[in-house]
Amino acid sequence: MSLASEGAAPAGARPFGVFDNVGKIFPGPSRGADPVVALDGVSYHLKSGELVSLLGPSGCGKTTLLRIVAGMTRASSGRVEFRGREVLAPQEDFGFVFQAPNLLPWRTVLGNVLFPMEIAGRNDAAARKRALELLDLVGLGGFAKSRPHQLSGGMKQRVALCRALVPSPSLLLMDEPFGALDELTRMEMQDLLLNIRRVSRTTVAFVTHSISEAIYLADEVLVFSRRPGRVIDRIRTGLPYPRVPELRYTPAFAALERRAGAGLGVVHG
Amino acid sequence: MDRLVRYSLPVLGVVLLILAWHFYVVAFNVPPAVLPKPGLVLDSMIANWRAIVQEGRVTLLESLYGFLLAFALGIPLAVAISSSRTLNLMFYPLLIATQSVPKVALAPLILVWLGTGLESKLAIAWLVAFFPIVVDTATGLRNTPAEYLDLATSVRANAFQTFWKIRFPAALPFVISGSKVAITLAVIGAVIGEFIGSNDGLGNLLLVANSQINIPLAFACLFGLALIGIGLYAAVVLVEIALKPWFGEIAH
Repeated sequence: MSLASEGAAPAGARPFGVFDNVGKIFPGPSRGADPVVALDGVSYHLKSGELVSLLGPSGCGKTTLLRIVAGMTRASSGRVEFRGREVLAPQEDFGFVFQAPNLLPWRTVLGNVLFPMEIAGRNDAAARKRALELLDLVGLGGFAKSRPHQLSGGMKQRVALCRALVPSPSLLLMDEPFGALDELTRMEMQDLLLNIRRVSRTTVAFVTHSISEAIYLADEVLVFSRRPGRVIDRIRTGLPYPRVPELRYTPAFAALERRAGAGLGVVHG
Repeated sequence: MDRLVRYSLPVLGVVLLILAWHFYVVAFNVPPAVLPKPGLVLDSMIANWRAIVQEGRVTLLESLYGFLLAFALGIPLAVAISSSRTLNLMFYPLLIATQSVPKVALAPLILVWLGTGLESKLAIAWLVAFFPIVVDTATGLRNTPAEYLDLATSVRANAFQTFWKIRFPAALPFVISGSKVAITLAVIGAVIGEFIGSNDGLGNLLLVANSQINIPLAFACLFGLALIGIGLYAAVVLVEIALKPWFGEIAH
């Protein structure tokens, strides 16, 4: 019931995104070495407005899956579709947030946020207004004219988030975006992301190796095995939105963490 | 305080060196025709300032124009070889190889081809300044951080946009470091041209002073050349400082 209020499509509706048996094989690291199976037949139906976490250890292929979904890497087998069309290249209404903020140091904060609009040839007054609103929303209203090197790590990642959101994407892809931040900043950023999601109703695919982060954010957590990457558990969290930090200390949260931990092999059953 | 020390110590170093020079000449009674006292050099500078400034202006302009020519031709060539695999394979090894050829050895030939006027000095200054600019710029263009290119892909930038909005600005620090090397080489190139055949320029004045065993004037010319070199280098550093907020934390 709380999910419906978050804009999730009713059951039975045509899925927004389909990952069908997606696999990826990389050539061996040296000549004659065996090819590396990074991803082994991952399937999932992504509903519009859903926030799904891809949780797994380093090197399990979750980032590879995200990049395939984003159209930035080709799958070796299977296919990814959005609204019934196969994704073979980055789409106009996708936003990508990288592990590192990846801000261009020669541009101002505002210039960085507007970068995708400039590339798309839509850098108009409306884009500028939206960019400034987004910066306000993430608490960086006074920093539009600053340079990236003047910002802290958390602030930079907020700018990167604004940059991904400025074209109003219908799908936001995030690759361990808060992995390099300290614990407190990280928790703040998680609440910020949920807040933005509530306002924008965008669908989010979020890669992380943090169990609590995966659960705190998501409607559904896909738990990945070590290489070759496979989905070994799908956890519907069923936790109510809006989520509050106190939620982390409830028995329900702990039980979900335990289940995810068991899937990853850190606790037994 | 720290600032004071940082700026005063280099000055002190120069003063100490000049003092050591002075006392060496006095203590060993070195004749002025071999090594004049610093005071004598200063006298000669004051007495000949008009000639030094006039000839210095010639050398300065030869160096500067040679550098600008190298810049104007070097950047497009660097762009060409770094954006085309064919051109890169054809010319990059050649460029690296030419780096190690003593281009000064070409100076007499260039004089035969272009005469003893400004053209030959420009050509030699251009020749020595050209390679560091091309090689450094090409290196910068070929070493765009992969994350920036990833960003370009994710926002669907085309090749042209990726070049102008990512690769070229990311290479600017390399362009600056190449220019720093190039501009000092351009001065050397101009002086070599003047040595080999010229009727003006500080290099020529230095040769004339030498042949007349007017060693204080020769030293005065040397100081003039040093000033030109330092001044041109400082101009590039000023550009670098002006671009600093631009680059922020880019390391190279």
